[in-house]
Amino acid sequence: MAASETASRPGGDRGPWLLPIFPTIMIGLFFVIPFVLIVAVSVAHQYPEGYYEPAFELTHFRRFLKSIFINTALFSVGVAALVASICLVLGFPFTYFITRLPRRAQVLWLVYILAQLSLSEVLIAFSWQVLLSKTAGVANILVWVGLLEKSVSFYPSFGAVLLALTYLVLPFSVLILYPALSRLEPEVTEAARTLGASPVRTFFTVVVPIMRPPIVATGITMFVFTLGAVLVPQVLGRPQHWTLSVLITDQAVFQSNMPFAAALAIFLLTLSMALVGLTIWINRRYEVKA
Amino acid sequence: MLDLSLIDITKQFGQVTAVSDVNLHLDGGNMVSFLGPSGCGKTTLLRMIAGLDLPTRGHVRLGDRDLTHTPAHQRNMGMVFQSLALFPHLSVGDNITYGLKIRGTSRDERASRAEQLLELVRLPGIAGRHISQLSGGQRQRVAIARALALEPDVFLLDEPLSALDANLREAMQIELRQLQQRLGITTIVVTHDQGEAMTMSDLVVVMSDAQVQQVGPPLEIYRRPANTFVADFIGTSNLLPGRMEAPGRVLVAGRSFEISRGGDDVPPDSEVTVLVRPEEVHVLPDHQDGPNRLPGSVDFIRDIGATVEIIVDCAGEKVTSMMTPKDRPSAEVGAQVTVEFPAGACIVLRD
Repeated sequence: MAASETASRPGGDRGPWLLPIFPTIMIGLFFVIPFVLIVAVSVAHQYPEGYYEPAFELTHFRRFLKSIFINTALFSVGVAALVASICLVLGFPFTYFITRLPRRAQVLWLVYILAQLSLSEVLIAFSWQVLLSKTAGVANILVWVGLLEKSVSFYPSFGAVLLALTYLVLPFSVLILYPALSRLEPEVTEAARTLGASPVRTFFTVVVPIMRPPIVATGITMFVFTLGAVLVPQVLGRPQHWTLSVLITDQAVFQSNMPFAAALAIFLLTLSMALVGLTIWINRRYEVKA
Repeated sequence: MLDLSLIDITKQFGQVTAVSDVNLHLDGGNMVSFLGPSGCGKTTLLRMIAGLDLPTRGHVRLGDRDLTHTPAHQRNMGMVFQSLALFPHLSVGDNITYGLKIRGTSRDERASRAEQLLELVRLPGIAGRHISQLSGGQRQRVAIARALALEPDVFLLDEPLSALDANLREAMQIELRQLQQRLGITTIVVTHDQGEAMTMSDLVVVMSDAQVQQVGPPLEIYRRPANTFVADFIGTSNLLPGRMEAPGRVLVAGRSFEISRGGDDVPPDSEVTVLVRPEEVHVLPDHQDGPNRLPGSVDFIRDIGATVEIIVDCAGEKVTSMMTPKDRPSAEVGAQVTVEFPAGACIVLRD
């Protein structure tokens, strides 16, 4: 059917086929080939001198059965889930608040949040390092107002890692939630009001449930973003606060063990894909039930 | 049923005045229409009654209670929104009983209430369905059932039928009116459709430019419009410019017309408008002189079966006459005719 229809249009039949070829080639070049290379390197043979040769061995994959890597992986997942949750708890009400503002105020807020994205992870990590330091940090202000005896350094600590990671990914959560929340009809919340629901009740019984799909999408995105953060845990955390991404960087750059770094990267990728898949699956089941 | 009073209500959005000094007293148990073109302030007025907008000045009273500062969720008013605003994440039954759940009604009672309300709107047995599975007309009914679930003091509807196609809309107008009469609930409908207002209401409030132009029963509004805006907005009208000669006499297009209604308080020599409804205008063949008659030529004939509309050009004024086919004169387009405006059908309106 479709074939005969396209054939009947002289000259135009190749257009629809040619169109996706360019993007397909680009994706192939920039995503598939590097991934294949990573897979190839992860099974290569590593020499103690720090170089590797093509081979097929699973030594590197066997290595993370050692508890340190399993622990780091679990810790990374936990941190990422925690940061994603904090982002939703803070970002969702905040974004909802923005969408209820007049148009001009909304634009100003969005410009401000977009501007935050120009700060790289490097800048954010080192800025927080300064802010949390003993000599130039917020501790001095706390001493000044009398909340602290003398200035202290708030890093390295788990709190510092959490704070900076949240700061890093929060703007993204607002930008992902904004389109969905701004499309929420005000009449839907007003209907809940006329039916006796207070504003807070309306928020939890109408706004949040209607927005479940964008909330899930944002949670997943924040989770994956946080898993990929390298500098913040390294700069603001103790070695036990290092995530899998830090270990991968460490193996690749400082230990010169490319195959093991590649194997860890594949493990991280598989882990996040599995968790994202699980979330989507649970979400689907919930949707079918509802 | 409690009476609803709006006292000196004014609403300003920045520099724009949406509603200006509205005073209305609506009897309990009546069905009232707020009728007017878009942007006349009728929806804003309704939203102030519901508590979704706060008036800049004035008071809303229900019975002897002042509701002006009562938040929307404590007012007990059922509202059907223009977009219907059904909750997409809930089933039909859960939509209808949302308010009951907020009040802490038990699950069993909610289920039986939902079924009861669905029967009321003639949709029995669909409580378990999802909103996305319903047709436009069904959604309409679910929205009505939801608004009635809490047995509200006042039932508010904002352009409730505008999304439906013409046939369904007319059927729903009658059904809504019958439902309202059966429940005896004070009801306010916002509409821009005069037919809808005429069909459904005990009282019509005609609005334009943020102000109430006239309040009255539908037929009175049609027969005795207070001004040219109301005359033009309700039904089709022939509006002829004239000059007051003496009480009961108006000069129209150089001829003296006898007028039996209106203009008693208009001083002679002032500019007025004479309103004649098309169904009262007679078209006679050829030129026949006489009182309340104007000569003219037929401009257009619209014969749509049940009625015939003849548009006559009387020295630049387009006059529309509507009649049944059996009264139709044997006139063709371009023919010279005489248009008669019976004295009893002419109403003088001050500009």
